[in-house]
Amino acid sequence: MATNKKDPVLVVLQLSGGNDYMNTVVPYTDGLYHDNRKAVAFAEDQVLPIDGGLGLNPAMGLLKDMYDEGNMAIIHGIGYPDSPRSHFRSMDIWHTCEPETLGTEGWLGLATRDIDPNKENIVTTVSFGPSLFRALVLPGVPVACVDDLESYGLLTGITGEKQREQILDRFSRMYAPEMGNDVVTEYLGQTGLEAMKGADILKVAPENYSSSIEYADTTIARKLKGISQIHQAGLGTRIFYCDHGSFDSHAKQPDMHATLWTDVSQALDDFYADLREHDAADNVIVLMFSEFGRRVRDNGSGTDHGAAGAAFVIGDAVKGGQYGEFPSIKPGDLQQGDLVPNMDFRGLYTTVIEDWLGLDAKPIVKGEFQAPRFL
Amino acid sequence: MTTISAMSTATKESIDLMAHLMRRAGFGADRDELERRAAKGYEATVEELLNPDGARADRELFLRYHPGFRRPVTSPGMGGSAWLYDMMHTELPLEEKMVLFWHQIFATGQSKVDHWHELIAQVDMFRENGMGNYRDMLVALAQNPAMIYWLDNCDNHETGVNENWGRELLELFSMGVGNYSEEDVYECSRAFTGWTIATVPPRNYYSRFDWSFEYQDEDHDQGEKTFLGETGNFNGEDIIDIICRQPATAEFIARHLYNFFVADEPQVPAWSVTPPKDPEAIELLAKTFTESNYDIRSVLRVLFLSDFFKEARYTKIKSPAEVVVGTLRLVGQDKLPPPGIGDMSKQAGYMGQELLNPPSVEGWHTGVEWINSGSLMKRINFVADMLGDTSKPGVKRIVERLQAQGNLGPEELVDQCLELVGPVKAGAATLQQLVEHASQNGELTWDTEKDAAASTAKVGELLQLIASVKEFQYC
Repeated sequence: MATNKKDPVLVVLQLSGGNDYMNTVVPYTDGLYHDNRKAVAFAEDQVLPIDGGLGLNPAMGLLKDMYDEGNMAIIHGIGYPDSPRSHFRSMDIWHTCEPETLGTEGWLGLATRDIDPNKENIVTTVSFGPSLFRALVLPGVPVACVDDLESYGLLTGITGEKQREQILDRFSRMYAPEMGNDVVTEYLGQTGLEAMKGADILKVAPENYSSSIEYADTTIARKLKGISQIHQAGLGTRIFYCDHGSFDSHAKQPDMHATLWTDVSQALDDFYADLREHDAADNVIVLMFSEFGRRVRDNGSGTDHGAAGAAFVIGDAVKGGQYGEFPSIKPGDLQQGDLVPNMDFRGLYTTVIEDWLGLDAKPIVKGEFQAPRFL
Repeated sequence: MTTISAMSTATKESIDLMAHLMRRAGFGADRDELERRAAKGYEATVEELLNPDGARADRELFLRYHPGFRRPVTSPGMGGSAWLYDMMHTELPLEEKMVLFWHQIFATGQSKVDHWHELIAQVDMFRENGMGNYRDMLVALAQNPAMIYWLDNCDNHETGVNENWGRELLELFSMGVGNYSEEDVYECSRAFTGWTIATVPPRNYYSRFDWSFEYQDEDHDQGEKTFLGETGNFNGEDIIDIICRQPATAEFIARHLYNFFVADEPQVPAWSVTPPKDPEAIELLAKTFTESNYDIRSVLRVLFLSDFFKEARYTKIKSPAEVVVGTLRLVGQDKLPPPGIGDMSKQAGYMGQELLNPPSVEGWHTGVEWINSGSLMKRINFVADMLGDTSKPGVKRIVERLQAQGNLGPEELVDQCLELVGPVKAGAATLQQLVEHASQNGELTWDTEKDAAASTAKVGELLQLIASVKEFQYC
């Protein structure tokens, strides 16, 4: 189990619901931006300017600091051809790298298999949240799914250590693989055993943790704190996944979007402060993406589903700056009123898989895509 | 009371089938209820479920004990308690199961609506319309204040079309992706401009205004619209009429009913590219839907009487709501709402299905996707805590039934316990461990008070182990 503490670690923070690209990385110097966004545009003196005539959302001050320190890459115009504008379908595409057919294998499920082909560590990949993200799903590949680290444990209601031990021993025998099981029963068996073993491994994480950093009292900060606890426990976890949302800002966008980015920025700032305090930051990168961007023209209160978006990668190892081009806002260049993606998300994945996780990207993203080399 | 081991095969089969019906068309039933219903017969029970004359849970009683819910403030999880109480205590299980069915499709959430009372009002609307006419349901949904706010139709104006409701009505609530164009989404949204909400004075104490539906003609786009090939000056109800006539809608609703009541289908977004498991069943249900003029009750009758339903035993993974409500009904609760009901209402959320607060407008991924290492752990722990508590009335009744049968050997004991909490159909490996555990714990005797107490504790422990078996997760 002892693993090199400095193995590269990937944290994915999914911005669920469709983050509004144009009000996150704001083309505030472009008159068309203001023409199209009468209800939700930021004025020039509100944004946090970066180069290229763009500015970050005013709520992203702490992320702007990371950008200025050269630790944040912004990847422009990300997406894929023929965006379906459905949350469900778009998220599936991001999770499985299958824009045309329906994929069932998650890209990080495949990466987990390649990192740990013999399934030696069942906490190689940890998902934070009440459900398992499809990006992590691959039949036979274990993923620990944690909602609340403090209360993680199986049959904790049984009093008496010896009694509980006996019951857990029975449990492990009942859940052992058996000839002739159907797929679902086999999956239940495997998941039950993983739950039992994973709980034993993960319970040390909060026990051994102490930090002077007080995380903000938000759901995303709680998730990142849990991730930090497991990372610092040195359990060999290489991939963490969590999400925050909902970014689905059809209405009353300005307040809603500001709160979301305030919470995300603060939580990431707490997370990195905590990691730095424990000399555990340099081998961690955080990837943020959303399933689609939003429409160029606002609807009077918010913005509807669109196409191209932005992704962000943060970490000491990241070569900060902007990658790719902000897509044209000119009416003639839009498709159905949306920004046209000019960077395939599978190129972003390729960089993360090859340059960070050190794996072969082609079989995971199913092809070769132009990769922004930010690592 | 017949002992289970002495039952004839025919009785066993009728109990087993009845248990299947009650798990799917309700939230399970204890042994007494199963025996009562089996004596009445299967078809009679289906008819009774479809046209019930029992009582709903007593909302007034609930509110008397938890006055804070009357106009609930926004404390997390609390609004869910009112609905949990309905599910725990209704005598009309199918009616309440249909509320859950529609909530999983028309998933609306507190995270945005931020108004428990309006969410509960939506759930109450599902109860009124759930087994009735689907067209009426869609109209009621389009006029439901929580839904209007959830999908921003209050921000859908003649001068600025907001597509949120229009798109999800087509994609998630009626036809499914791939059966309409982007242009249809826009035209549909135009037809619902002016369908908004108004606040109802007075403002609630410590809370918010209630909402009501309001149609604002001056904000409605009166222009001509072309929707799914038809052109006219459509308003919202015209759009719903056109939607209901589409074969895609009949298939979509049929497939949802099949997925919820019969067997797990792939996740909804896969439906446009993956054919149904049982196309003939879907065709039959869709045909009934169309021929009955969108009458949900008629479709349900055909479904529950079909062979494909009767044969689909133990093939679905229970949803978290089914785990929680089924367990609470089995262990039996006092009619008076317990003080801890707020915590209980959060349990399904810990297992991945936070009722009245879905992760997004698409609702939840269901079937095998309910299961991951974290959620499985929560399921097992919750059920084990409940079944292991021998002070609960339903668990007491299980112990009494066992006691009435005298001294039981380990195989018989395990067999009886599996019957009484389900029946649960255990595989060979599971059975072996359960029987070994029972033998190791020694024979149950009831001769003295001390013996009875020790035996009761042993039953409790065995029930905890049964709560943890994988077969328990099947519905």
